[in-house]
Amino acid sequence: MSVASIRYATLDAGRSYWGLLAVLAGVTLVGLAGFLHLEHEGHWITGMNNQVVWGIPHVFAVFLIVAASGALNVASIASVFGQVTYKPLARLSGLLAAGLLIGGLVILVLDLGRPDRLIVAMTYYNFKSIFAWNIFLYTGLLAVIALYMFVLFQPAFARWTRAAGTLALLWRLILTTGTGAIFGFLVARQGYDAAIMAPLFIIMSFSFGTAVFMLVLTAACHGSGRVLGDALLFRLKNLLAVFVSAVLYFVLAYHITNLYATEHHGYEAFILNFESLYSKLFWIGQVGFGSLVPLALFYAPRTRTCRISTHVGAGLVILGGLIQMYVIIIGGQAYPLVLFPGMEESSSFYDGVVASYIPSIWEFLLGFTGVAISLIVVVAGLGALGILPEDLSDPKPAG
Amino acid sequence: MSLDLSRREFLQGAGAAGALTLAPGVFLHAKDPEVPVTDAVRWGMLVDTRLCQEDCDACVTACNEEHNLEDLGRPETDAQWIRKLTVRDPLGGRTISLPMMCQHCENPPCVDVCPTGASFRRVDGIVLVDKHTCIGCRYCMMACPYKARSFIHENLTEQLPHAPRGKGCVESCTMCVHKVDAGENTTACAEACHKDGHQAILFGDLNDPDSEISKRIQEFGATQIRADLGLNTGVRYQNL
Amino acid sequence: MLSVVALTAFSNASAEGLGPFIPKAKGEQCVEPTQVMRERHWEFILHQRDETMYKGIRTTRHSLKNCLECHVQPDEEGRFPRSSEMSHFCTSCHVFAGIRVDCFECHADRPHEAYSIIPRHSRLSLNDLFRRRSVQ
Ligand code: SF4
Ligand code: SF4
Repeated sequence: MSVASIRYATLDAGRSYWGLLAVLAGVTLVGLAGFLHLEHEGHWITGMNNQVVWGIPHVFAVFLIVAASGALNVASIASVFGQVTYKPLARLSGLLAAGLLIGGLVILVLDLGRPDRLIVAMTYYNFKSIFAWNIFLYTGLLAVIALYMFVLFQPAFARWTRAAGTLALLWRLILTTGTGAIFGFLVARQGYDAAIMAPLFIIMSFSFGTAVFMLVLTAACHGSGRVLGDALLFRLKNLLAVFVSAVLYFVLAYHITNLYATEHHGYEAFILNFESLYSKLFWIGQVGFGSLVPLALFYAPRTRTCRISTHVGAGLVILGGLIQMYVIIIGGQAYPLVLFPGMEESSSFYDGVVASYIPSIWEFLLGFTGVAISLIVVVAGLGALGILPEDLSDPKPAG
Repeated sequence: MSLDLSRREFLQGAGAAGALTLAPGVFLHAKDPEVPVTDAVRWGMLVDTRLCQEDCDACVTACNEEHNLEDLGRPETDAQWIRKLTVRDPLGGRTISLPMMCQHCENPPCVDVCPTGASFRRVDGIVLVDKHTCIGCRYCMMACPYKARSFIHENLTEQLPHAPRGKGCVESCTMCVHKVDAGENTTACAEACHKDGHQAILFGDLNDPDSEISKRIQEFGATQIRADLGLNTGVRYQNL
Repeated sequence: MLSVVALTAFSNASAEGLGPFIPKAKGEQCVEPTQVMRERHWEFILHQRDETMYKGIRTTRHSLKNCLECHVQPDEEGRFPRSSEMSHFCTSCHVFAGIRVDCFECHADRPHEAYSIIPRHSRLSLNDLFRRRSVQ
């Protein structure tokens, strides 16, 4: 089977194409205006404070970065594990990963207290910091994706596809581990100090990335008048279903381990007792709508072969993923730090009480900007390069 | 306060002169401004919680004034370098009160996580933020086990010459490094506590076995908060 | 906002036809010859910045604080110019040269004697009153 036998074509840059780009650019511009205001005023206009220092922007940013890693699933399966069915989609997989990563990074930068010092962030490194490592891992992944795409696009390099794909696979696994470790290394915080954070983030990336990939693929096919075969879509759906279950399993393992240690009971109750906002988000948003409903849609006999329910399911996985990020990132900070185990603490600095966090419009604007930039990269890429095969319908001629 | 400053400047000028007598019994060993700090000393503080009064916040007020930490009426985002913490034992209800601030860890998590190296530990044990290289990512705030750090959420205009601080950077207790370098051998909080007659905070050199702080620790022992984290804090507590 | 300042600077400068307006300093002689300072003052300040920050070296010769001690002087009413004003030594020249510095976002922009006249607790500016947000 040769890669060359698949014919790729750019999207036709018609009215709706430019319209979509214009809308995305509009969202980005509004977001950037919001950023300028935020940068001028300072963070007090946001909901973030000295207790909850990372807010909605980080929820979006971490989601996008994690999803970026997962968007490479299809590429890995095609190039590393040699699955022919996914071969035609490898380019889209790479492009989407790059787009999501760029969007996530933009949010992180725009939320800095001193975004004007980006150059400092790139010239001063503390190599003990997992955060500094992540800066390398993120920019490195962009380079690796570029290399991988180059190999995909040059028939002369076809025999390097597997090597480049393997590099990308390893790189993104390390990257997601690193992202999980940002939280896992926070020894003092009740909700974070757990080695399971890293594998949990990896499996989350598989799930979110695949869900985003399915929706983007469907939209691209729909917009360009291509037929996306049922077999391909449902295959992706089955894969997603496995990932969603795996995330649930890891979440279960995380909470059970925590429940075993009495030390963590406070935090566990906070997330599980259905009283706090975070607990409700956990059960209803993350577990219910984000995992169980999609699983039901993916597996129930009446909906398993329905394209609409597949798309709704993927959308819910994305929504559930954002909520899961919210619970992890915000919930973990809102729960008070324990300075004196077993004692009751109080102070003027919100010791011993659950910190409040009310997200502001400015933070959402940053998040939307990131999403819009991700999509701009994808849409522009689809229009400029032959990313999408001309034919994605079911009866595939044996390559 | 201007008096304070000029005294400091004056001492700086007289730095090479060495020890100065300011008031009976108070000796100032001003550090020679040309000589870098060394790890021969390790600055630290000792808090005796039995002497600390629950209704007193002289240390907090003194710190706020010393560094001009303004009260902007937004307690969730206003900076607090030092706070009074009340700790109550649910069994029996015994309550203790203590000042909580940056513990000037020897192995500081804030320094470990800082991507640019802006969070750093000076060789004499004082943990600082180099606000010239801080990008305001707030990871150090996530990592600090003591919630010792504050992010500056707004434009500031009334900074004092010895306490530069501004929007978009993270800051925390500097152990009054400007006073330490001027050889004042105390911090604003310790001074205020002393003035109020409580003497609950003692500043000194943990490396010098003859310093008062070392002697008190040798004699009565002192605990670290969250000692389980193994950070070897420079701020120690007695009678927790 | 900065561009307004820049424009003002430009018109000032062109009115006089020469260079930026340079406020008078205290003292006879700068810590280095004028030409050296013009060309390299930022190097001195930058070097001193790291020496002070990391090593606690607090010699005054090349410190930013020391610059302000001489170069920022009160007007006839005894008021010290702020860094947002063209009468501030640093600002005047930097706006003229079109080089933005952010020193005074954090650093005091006046010599320490200016601070003895600020009432301690009247710190809320009008701006803050507008911005005040309840956080109950
Ligand atoms: S107490 Fe917090 S801010 Fe201070 S040195 Fe330790 S980790 Fe850093
Ligand atoms: S906020 Fe500043 S000091 Fe803290 S980790 Fe980030 S760069 Fe370092």
